[in-house]
Amino acid sequence: MSPSHRDRALGWVLRATAALVAAIVVLIVAFLVVESAGVLRKLGPLRFLTDPSWHPTSGSFDLTAMLLGSLLVTVGAVVLATPAGVASALFCRYYAPAPLAKLYGRMIEVLAGIPSVIYGMWGLMVLVPLIGKWQPPGPSLLAAVLILTLMILPTIALFSDAALAKVPDRYVRGAAALGLTRWATLRGVVLPAARSGLFTGVLLGMGRAIGETMAVLMVCGNVVQTPGSLFDPIRPLTANIALEMGYALGDHRSALFVSGLVLMGMVVVLVGTAELVSRGRLHG
Amino acid sequence: MIPPAAPPAHTPASTQSRVLAAGARPMVEAQRVSVRYGKHVAVEDVTVSIGRQQITALVGPSGCGKTSFLGTLNRLSDLIPGCEVAGRVSVDGEDIRARGFDLVGLRRRVGMIFQKPNPFPLSVRRNLEFPLREHGVRDRARVAEVVEQSLRNVGLWAEVKDRLDAPALALSGGQQQRLCIARALALEPDVLLMDEPCSALDPLSSGVVEDLIGQLRAQYTVLIVTHNLAQARRIADNVALFWAQGGPGRLVEHAPTEAFFESPRDPLTIAYVGGLRG
Ligand SMILES: Nc1ncnc2c1ncn2[C@@H]1O[C@H](COP(=O)(O)OP(=O)(O)O)[C@@H](O)[C@H]1O
Ligand SMILES: [Mg+2]
Repeated sequence: MSPSHRDRALGWVLRATAALVAAIVVLIVAFLVVESAGVLRKLGPLRFLTDPSWHPTSGSFDLTAMLLGSLLVTVGAVVLATPAGVASALFCRYYAPAPLAKLYGRMIEVLAGIPSVIYGMWGLMVLVPLIGKWQPPGPSLLAAVLILTLMILPTIALFSDAALAKVPDRYVRGAAALGLTRWATLRGVVLPAARSGLFTGVLLGMGRAIGETMAVLMVCGNVVQTPGSLFDPIRPLTANIALEMGYALGDHRSALFVSGLVLMGMVVVLVGTAELVSRGRLHG
Repeated sequence: MIPPAAPPAHTPASTQSRVLAAGARPMVEAQRVSVRYGKHVAVEDVTVSIGRQQITALVGPSGCGKTSFLGTLNRLSDLIPGCEVAGRVSVDGEDIRARGFDLVGLRRRVGMIFQKPNPFPLSVRRNLEFPLREHGVRDRARVAEVVEQSLRNVGLWAEVKDRLDAPALALSGGQQQRLCIARALALEPDVLLMDEPCSALDPLSSGVVEDLIGQLRAQYTVLIVTHNLAQARRIADNVALFWAQGGPGRLVEHAPTEAFFESPRDPLTIAYVGGLRG
């Protein structure tokens, strides 16, 4: 084959791959829509918010408690992991001596690569008993929040670090030349300059938190209820799908697809927001 | 404060006496200052005294250590990993390289303007307010007053008064550079270090900034690095020529502007001035 032929062939391979990936995304969404369409048409979307409880086998399909569970663990994890992740990136880039920063950076990368089931095991064996001793029963909203915090912290830390790396050195030197302390420089100049990159990292961490299933399932207690405190067990939507998909039939099964659709919608909103924000950075 | 020891007699004999009147207290003084980056010696053995409320132009070919030398005067060189400075630098008689010297105070007194304008990615107003507040100027009315006055001082007030809350990075290059000068002036420094402040600007903006620098003479001690000898001649009271001949950069000649151009003493100066003239 001549080089130009090879170029063209490569072009087609890449195009085909891209088309395949796009098609799979569309197929998954279509699949969710088709599978949930029946029950949505039959019961109407409102039933999923207004039914008295989640007893799908006896025709009661309320998702609000689990939706709230998903939102609470996500918000809790983001609230804890954002300052911790940003602080760890600031530490790495502006305070730690070079060898320590490197070691620490590697550790964060490892943390990012740990399979979620391992986080779950650790949570189950260490964290849950600890919480149980303090405020029984142990498996709880708090345990889920803490495990998720650990899981999304590396995402936020790595994205924050990348965002900080993009802040031009001349801002830092300019600030130093004005006699600003390092902390003032970070607070007043570096963080605002890195704002959109930091935000992207937080949104992606949030996406990971919403979708995380295994680790959460292992520590959250899986009781379908609106939690009255941090120490109550909960069940997020993801855990619910994983727990019940194996045996659900009929409307119950379709209702699980509805909750899948809801999760998908939440992630799409997040990704869309992240996209808008990073585009804002490109033009600003 | 009296310097601990007289500088060793390494100074080019011609330089000092021609620039400072006998008995005048210099604003900035460097004694046998050297700058190294790792093993690479960028500046060696520079001894120079800079008079108060004068504009001193530092000239010389690229790479002769002008920027490196300037960085020793506000200790911005501290930020560069591997950069080592030797010698004594004093500002207003104080040894700024002394252990535990108040860097925040030093940099408030010795402002710096960079080649590429570097306003922060904040609003015009915040660019001025932020350093002020950090230096303890908290009173709202006072801050607003200083913001306006600083912008007036650099001739920017009329141009930006209606968009103080717009991003500073939306200003033109020349406006950004004047904003940076205003930001430095807002802190009421004694000394301004300027590293080729006009060279990234278009000719028109460059002219505006140059005029502005000329007006600073009355209140500030200005050290300005420039590649533009005509500019040095227009605005400087004294000119210092740096030169690196295959080795580290050294101070070759430091003389009042008129003398520097009309009766240079060092052969390098003669060649440099002559070369650019002819
Ligand atoms: N951060 C740095 N690290 C290593 N070498 C440097 C650094 N900055 C400048 N130098 C070197 O020091 C010498 C003087 O540079 P500089 O002070 O920038 O000169 P000038 O401003 O007169 O052009 C040059 O040889 C340059 O390569
Ligand atoms: Mg330079």
